[in-house]
Amino acid sequence: MLAFLCIYIASLVVLFVSGFWTIDSFSGKLIHEWTLDNFEQLFSTNDPTYWRITGRTVGIAFAVTLTDAVLAFPFAYYMARIASRRTRALLFVLVLLPLWSSYLVRIYSWTTILSKDGALNWSLNGLGLPDANIAFTNWAMWIVFSYVWLPFMVLPVYAALERIPDSYLEASRDLGAKGFGTFRTVVLPLALPGVVAGSIFTFSLTLGDYITPVLVGGPSSSFIGNVVFNSISTNIAFSAAFATVPVMVMAIYLLIARRLGAFEAL
Amino acid sequence: MERQRTRIALALWAALVVLFLWTPLVIIAVYAFNESNIQSWPISGWSLHWFRVAWHNDDARSAIWLSMKVALLASGIALVLGTMAASAIHRFRFFGRESISFLLILPIALPGIITGMALNSFYVFSGLPFSIWTIVIGHATFCVVVVYNNILARLRRTSPSLIEASMDLGADGWQTFRFVTWPILSTAVVAGGLLAFALSFDEVIVTTFTAGAQTTLPIFILDNLRQGQQLPIVNVVAFVVIVATIIPVTISQRLTRETGLLRRR
Repeated sequence: MLAFLCIYIASLVVLFVSGFWTIDSFSGKLIHEWTLDNFEQLFSTNDPTYWRITGRTVGIAFAVTLTDAVLAFPFAYYMARIASRRTRALLFVLVLLPLWSSYLVRIYSWTTILSKDGALNWSLNGLGLPDANIAFTNWAMWIVFSYVWLPFMVLPVYAALERIPDSYLEASRDLGAKGFGTFRTVVLPLALPGVVAGSIFTFSLTLGDYITPVLVGGPSSSFIGNVVFNSISTNIAFSAAFATVPVMVMAIYLLIARRLGAFEAL
Repeated sequence: MERQRTRIALALWAALVVLFLWTPLVIIAVYAFNESNIQSWPISGWSLHWFRVAWHNDDARSAIWLSMKVALLASGIALVLGTMAASAIHRFRFFGRESISFLLILPIALPGIITGMALNSFYVFSGLPFSIWTIVIGHATFCVVVVYNNILARLRRTSPSLIEASMDLGADGWQTFRFVTWPILSTAVVAGGLLAFALSFDEVIVTTFTAGAQTTLPIFILDNLRQGQQLPIVNVVAFVVIVATIIPVTISQRLTRETGLLRRR
């Protein structure tokens, strides 16, 4: 077990150290020579390419997290507090199965749905609406990411909502709070750690993904992951340097999440 | 507690979310039975033709076989290491316990591309040639975490007095394990193992970094999707993969009523 952990940690260390190395421009081999060139290239003010890619990645990760929170909250609320025992068990399985079924297949399915002759345009035309040409755009990425990671948001929110004792809600009502007042002052604060826990998954998974941009994104939909993946063979040092960016973003995110009490809800 | 109107609205919302989650899966299942090789909706007719073609496709077969082997090995390793780690973390208070329990979450907290790249640079750095074992090590990182979480959740809900009672009644360490601890843990172990298998069978990101020139099933699917080739075969394989992952997940769900990634109290 320890040996295993050591390999894993050693790998991470090698990766981050090699971000500060450089490569021989002829042979493409890694040279163990300390330099900040890779980071200068990344954060250069003359060339905003990598800023733009980072911005796009983080921006879509935020949008996806927000969308999933909005979709998941009422669903989890229904599951935890309204549905009967049997409905709840059924909903649980209905959420879990897509979570564990093939991730690639679920993305692929969306490429067929969004394509020109796909199910989306077919339904739109059936309603008398024009085609929605969103295949291979950032919109498509937003939909697909939100779809793929949705179960990761539902489960922790459900767990948080389920743990709120009924007596709290009764107390709130006895003290004169109306339906929405109870929701805002009792339910929401108690469920927030669950939402943040879920957002760790949706945010981190979107941040590190490079398959979805390849399969459903357009020509200007590169994510950090795509650049990292594509430069591995040409410039591994640069690719390692860029790979530290999502890790840093994630570290900041986790620190904030810990403040909000998400770790107890994980 | 909620008003009637709110309840109906929430039920409607829940139904829409379920529809959103399941429509793409159903659509893939329908495409698998498409008689045409053109992917348009609605399909032109039903046929089992592509099942036969996929069955005789050597690339698909060898990819499935490799994925099976990798998933078996990775979940096997994960079962051993995950069980040991969970028991150690649960039973003993030792130096560095907190940091180890944090490190164990890293493989799922860090983006897969980081784990993949890290392992890739480690293999290149140490001159390890790519083989089935490099894939297995890559998969074992997150499989261990799944098993570990499942077992730790079970241990936390188990009262320590059961083990104390067994000891008080004169059972030795092995007997306590055999007649008390194992019966409590067994379903969690099986469930964790099945989830680890399903995860490994489906993993693509870490695999692209650790496989070299080998083709697992997800890589086979990804390559074909990228090049837009053999899509009817991909449909069939995708359908089979969905069905094949549904089985272990449903079983493990029945065994634990837990989510694997998230412990419920």
